[in-house]
Amino acid sequence: MSQYRVQGKGRVSHGKPVSFSFDGKTVTGLGGDTVASALLAQGTHLMGRSFKYHRPRGVVTAGSEEPNALIGTSRGPGRFEPNTRATMAEIWPGLTATSQNRWPSLEFDIGAVNDRMHKLFPAGFYYKTFMWPKSFWDKVYEPVIRSAAGLGVSPSVEDPDHYASRYLHTDVLIVGGGPAGLAAARSAAEAGAKVTLVDENTEAGGSLLSEPGVEINGQPAWSWLESELASLTALGVTVMTRTTAIGYYHQNMVGLCQRVTDHLAAPQDDQPRERLWRVRAEHVVLAQGALEKPLVFDGNDRPGIVLAGSALTYLNRYGVRVGNAAVVVTSHDSAWFTAFDLAAVGTTINAIVDTREAVREDLLAQAAALGIEVLTGHTVTGTSGRLRVNSIRVNPITGSTVGQGRDIACDCVLMSGGWTPTLHLFSHTKSKLAWDAEGKTFLPAETLEDCQIAGAGRGLWGIEAALVDGAEMGAKAASALGKAAASATYSVASDRTGTGEAQKELPTDKDLTSTRAFVDFQNDVTAKDLRLAVREGMRSIEHVKRYTTNGMATDQGKMSNINGLNIAADALGKPAPEVGLTTFRPPYTPTTFGALCGYHKGAHFDVTRKTPIDPWAEENGAVFEPVAQWRRARYFPNTGEDMDTAVMRECIATRASVGMFDASTLGKIEVVGPDAVEFMNRMYTNPWTKLAPGKCRYGLLLGEDGFIRDDGVIGRLSDDRFHVTTTTGGAARVMDMMEDYLQTEWPDLNVWLTSTTEQWATIALNGPNARKLLEPFVEGLDLSAEAFPHMSNAICTVAGFPARLFRVSFTGELGFEINVPARHGQALWEKLWDAGQQYDICAYGTETMHVLRAEKGYIIVGQDTDGTVTPHDAGISWAIGKKKPDFVGKRSLERPDIVAPGRKQLVGLLTQDGSKLEEGAQIVLDPNQPIPMKMVGHVTSSYESDAVGKPIAFAVIEGGFDKIGETVHIPMPDRTIAATITGTVFYDPAGDRLKM
Amino acid sequence: MLLITCPYCQETLPEAEFTYAGEAHIARPADPSSYSDEAWRDFLFVRSNVKGAHFERWRHFHGCGRFFNAVRDTVTDRFLTVYKAGEPKPDLAKLLEDAE
Ligand SMILES: [Zn+2]
Repeated sequence: MSQYRVQGKGRVSHGKPVSFSFDGKTVTGLGGDTVASALLAQGTHLMGRSFKYHRPRGVVTAGSEEPNALIGTSRGPGRFEPNTRATMAEIWPGLTATSQNRWPSLEFDIGAVNDRMHKLFPAGFYYKTFMWPKSFWDKVYEPVIRSAAGLGVSPSVEDPDHYASRYLHTDVLIVGGGPAGLAAARSAAEAGAKVTLVDENTEAGGSLLSEPGVEINGQPAWSWLESELASLTALGVTVMTRTTAIGYYHQNMVGLCQRVTDHLAAPQDDQPRERLWRVRAEHVVLAQGALEKPLVFDGNDRPGIVLAGSALTYLNRYGVRVGNAAVVVTSHDSAWFTAFDLAAVGTTINAIVDTREAVREDLLAQAAALGIEVLTGHTVTGTSGRLRVNSIRVNPITGSTVGQGRDIACDCVLMSGGWTPTLHLFSHTKSKLAWDAEGKTFLPAETLEDCQIAGAGRGLWGIEAALVDGAEMGAKAASALGKAAASATYSVASDRTGTGEAQKELPTDKDLTSTRAFVDFQNDVTAKDLRLAVREGMRSIEHVKRYTTNGMATDQGKMSNINGLNIAADALGKPAPEVGLTTFRPPYTPTTFGALCGYHKGAHFDVTRKTPIDPWAEENGAVFEPVAQWRRARYFPNTGEDMDTAVMRECIATRASVGMFDASTLGKIEVVGPDAVEFMNRMYTNPWTKLAPGKCRYGLLLGEDGFIRDDGVIGRLSDDRFHVTTTTGGAARVMDMMEDYLQTEWPDLNVWLTSTTEQWATIALNGPNARKLLEPFVEGLDLSAEAFPHMSNAICTVAGFPARLFRVSFTGELGFEINVPARHGQALWEKLWDAGQQYDICAYGTETMHVLRAEKGYIIVGQDTDGTVTPHDAGISWAIGKKKPDFVGKRSLERPDIVAPGRKQLVGLLTQDGSKLEEGAQIVLDPNQPIPMKMVGHVTSSYESDAVGKPIAFAVIEGGFDKIGETVHIPMPDRTIAATITGTVFYDPAGDRLKM
Repeated sequence: MLLITCPYCQETLPEAEFTYAGEAHIARPADPSSYSDEAWRDFLFVRSNVKGAHFERWRHFHGCGRFFNAVRDTVTDRFLTVYKAGEPKPDLAKLLEDAE
């Protein structure tokens, strides 16, 4: 048993040792310990190094607000987590914990050289130091910042754990299981409300866990707690521990992160590591308590300097004394009780230093009875000790004069600058705060949510006050739900209430250039940095925050925000509320990506849509690519072929005989009704009135701004029925846009819209032998060029399956698209495949489709257009029904900037050296102009082409149509490529092959 | 995640079922060709961008599929009312009074 463990004290299991490793050494704690309490029990305070200066740091709190003691925890490969707060990490046999931000060791850290050079790292040093010279950025500043930045080390392999996600609906959600939360739960549950109470700690109880000496309704605190929890469970209250409310969203939605297995030595395989709850509560009671503030003085960050309230928790909850010889430094009564409790178990209290002149008589009397020296009206002006504090310098204050300093030896310092209500969740919903001038802190004011705040969270102090307030707020919540509620009464004995005085940085007699009084421990921000920021012109706390990084670390300034504000306000000579409080944002504490992702990872990250013919493609060795949510066959390599070789072969085979392509992903919308043709006239640029049933037309869809949104071949099946196709990625957008116009602009039109994308499997046959292959399968239709010419459609049967047959082509070859009900897609594909063997049929994928269409000058919306391209820019003005009075986007085609010269226009490019261009490459007119060059456009599509005999490309180029035949230049990292501007149709410009 | 009432379904449902569709009561003119360049620009691009009560369109995308109108406070994210497409613009002063 270590000398710091107090036998029989606390809620740890004294008979149950638990061993784990910290930085490779075995540490033995007790069941119920955290890493922090177990290390403190063996006298270790040094647990980390600070972020910027690499100063040695010890644990300073006992809760989730801990800024210093950040460690890595691991239970094997993939199960490593950086930046775990040692104060929250429960120990279990086999846990591996490591300190962070140090090399080679925690005791000796090379990075601490930053500390000696701290004058080089003033506030705003990021903005000042790295501005100049520009050439230093890539080679010096960025590598230095990257290697120095960040806390901890990222995990290097995939997380093998799984994470769960649940919804929860409850009448009353209570956040915080301290006295206020427990009392609120009783009131609400007794009124008949369904109550859920959550607490981030391993057990409910809150401040009661640190105050066993209190008596509630005649019972000692801990036995009252035990019977109260049993009673609440009997009342139907759900109590969830190890569960942090991470965010409070509108309309009473609260996000909870429940830690399920991190504390277990041997979790079951089917247990999720964490569970994210999305709670929708009729009413919320926030009973989160208050957080203790540090005092700001030179050297306030040495290991061994701990918040007084946390030292009380270590003693009474974990049975650990934080040291043998303590000095208490405070501006609040609460720290005195820590001194008294520690004195009672053998820690020598060398002094209680209080910044206040006058302190309560009963406290003075008790200190005197214990023989403790009391120094009121004193300040602290320094500490010493490299890896652990060994003395503290205190000075009397007379008026505004700091008197002679005196060193007091110690091995720990317990400090308290008073308490800040925990308002984070309350602020998440933009609820309003009010400045409490007396307490120099913010208190909750108005909220639009159905929410109450109880206890220390609204500035009340003491256990009785918390119980009474909690009971009342729980009753209010139940009443708001229409339930008759009463508040239980509570009488508390030995309640240790108190008050205090908020401080800015403590006065000192030292030369300020040599002092280091920390405000934000995690980001190493000192009081001096804050005052410098104000001197350099920062006026709002939001600017001060960003300039100094105060409150921007992973603890979101839980300890530092109010101290920072009070110091900045003092420097500005303004009242604090005029300087403002920075915004609190979810999550309340750092939350794993795993919990936020939940089930949405791997194959479940997004939907993968597969066509009915996908199994055949997979079986036949297709290489797939994602297109929107679809996975599509990109090419079908023969053994040993790379993509370029396979695509070249597929292109040649299709143009020579026949190729087969799964076009099922094309978006399909059925437009039906007496007003269908009028609707089509208004939506699409093209005229539809004269298109006869049985015919098809290329349809072009614009946005109201005149830019191309989508395109596709549209077949008129009958007077009142159109089969509209869209791009693969655009289907849902087009459908939404059509619905929008139909419902909100033209509700008078009698039209129905139905998405039929997944109802039809679509097989495209292309090539000179396409008809010969298809003809034997078709019944009830003459497929001859005369009877069924290009751009025809018909309803027929193909291989006995009901079909919609389109004679269309996206390759420039004789082409058919056969739509059959999705369930017959693969059967038809296989029949055509078998029959196609006599024609050396070739299955081709999206890559070959891209090449074949480019050779013919067909655009792909979204590749050759980018949302700023008009029909004229794309060279397809012919698709506009010029006689139509109106269609979506028509008026915009006359907008001044759209008719102005110099717009980027879609043209072809042929390189003069026969090399293939990079898609996305930028184009210039004069390759010898000074850098930065004027870029006049970019390459949108680029392919090797067998049919053309050399690589081809499309590009958008300013004024391109007037530059046909001219040379442009494409600067690349290794050379500049010259290319000639051409038209976009490279193959069969007369279209003879379509008409076969 | 907001809770939104669909005026067609008469149900209050999670935001995930809905899609946002921009400012409401900007009707497409019956004859766009009669619009000046400036008037057409305003129709296309100029929006009120209010801080406070905002008339806006939502679609119950994963439900009945209908577009409807809502008045939402852009500061608090609170819905003051929802109503069907085509119904007249509600009286804002009265809505704000009712919300008090
Ligand atoms: Zn609905």
